[in-house]
Amino acid sequence: MTTLGAARDWLTDPAHWSGDDGIRHRLLQHLLLVSVCLAVSCLIALPVALVLGHLGRGGALAVNISNAGRAVPTFAVLVLLLLTPVGRWGEGPAVVALVLFAVPPLLTNAYVGVREVDRSVVRAARGMGMTGRQTLLRVELPLARPMILTGVRTAAVQLVATATIAALAGGGGLGRIITAGFNLASTPQVVAGALLVAVFALLVEGVFAAAERLAATRPGSGR
Amino acid sequence: MIPTPHDCLARNEWICGAYLSTRRRILLDAVVQHVQLTAVSVLIGLVLAVPLAVLARRLPPASGPVLAVTTVLYTIPSLAMFSLLLPLYGLSASLVVAGLVLYSLTLLVRNILAGLRAVPEETRQAARGLGYGPVRLLLTVELPLALPAAMAGLRIATVSAVSLVTVGAIVGFGGLGNLIYAGMNSYFKAQVLTASVLCVVIAVAADLLLLGVQRLLTPWTRAARA
Repeated sequence: MTTLGAARDWLTDPAHWSGDDGIRHRLLQHLLLVSVCLAVSCLIALPVALVLGHLGRGGALAVNISNAGRAVPTFAVLVLLLLTPVGRWGEGPAVVALVLFAVPPLLTNAYVGVREVDRSVVRAARGMGMTGRQTLLRVELPLARPMILTGVRTAAVQLVATATIAALAGGGGLGRIITAGFNLASTPQVVAGALLVAVFALLVEGVFAAAERLAATRPGSGR
Repeated sequence: MIPTPHDCLARNEWICGAYLSTRRRILLDAVVQHVQLTAVSVLIGLVLAVPLAVLARRLPPASGPVLAVTTVLYTIPSLAMFSLLLPLYGLSASLVVAGLVLYSLTLLVRNILAGLRAVPEETRQAARGLGYGPVRLLLTVELPLALPAAMAGLRIATVSAVSLVTVGAIVGFGGLGNLIYAGMNSYFKAQVLTASVLCVVIAVAADLLLLGVQRLLTPWTRAARA
């Protein structure tokens, strides 16, 4: 409990909140990194998954990519990129490594979501004269939305957690508070940094859970 | 030293045979540490997950808290998890193992519970009708039928653990992660690439091994398909 007390003292010291190494700056860096990575991964994964799901092809591919993605350590990808020409532009390696990490869960969830739409509903849409594009956008996409959102939520929480690894390779974000604590051999700072990241991850989880609930109860949302 | 055309170590190339032959000992030690950390963590996770899942299945009010706690543990980042456990374990291999155990718990408890819940009620009633007690029912009917779902969770947990061990490099017990970390600081390309590839190889090998074990343990699933 003394460690937690020391961590609390570290967190409540105003000196630790300001400046370039301060909590406020690191928090913003972390938020920016996660937002950019989540947006890029969604832009890559969702259209591909929706089209594959609509066509009913490439399911094995999506699942295999997802499984293979788990086997590749994000830390290793980050360091590998750091040693290539990509490593020269600032946060580049971290963004690429994290996008590669976030794409598989998004891809699998969206693909499975579209595939699990009741086939008779899809046939009814075709029978009403909807084109493939209309079926995808007006029928399959709304029905698959809960599953797609679950994928986005998982990816977002995992990104918040994994973005700390960027700090191991000299990137910004909350992970820097932890690695700096390790280098200073300051356990209170390490624990304080860890608590900050954990609370951030849980907050993101909570925000997404609330958003899903709102989306589900909104009138005209098709539920 | 002036790099000679034949010396890929001096030229710092990504793929380098000389690296493999001169550092065989170091690589082997790192692989052994990596496999040990993964295996010990997943085994401890499994030993803890089975009773938790059985408890959650038998006492429905317990399932909510059990799932909630394991899910919260999963949202804590690996780097943060290792650091949160630091005051308890210090800079040691047990620190990395403890962190990985907590991670594998989520995946294992969820999957074993899903498997137990999927056992048909008629099957359980039939077993009870044959005079099976609760323990015998669990050991000879419910757990074997939950095996495919449990094994799926075990495979995911193992593969994730192999990749998470690398983060243990921050406390000096990261198996191949140590080599990646050191290679990053010294800009040693061959070491980073070799260690990264070995991580993936270990993960794929472990996955295939578990798939084989699953096939041996559940011969009925193949018979049904044939």
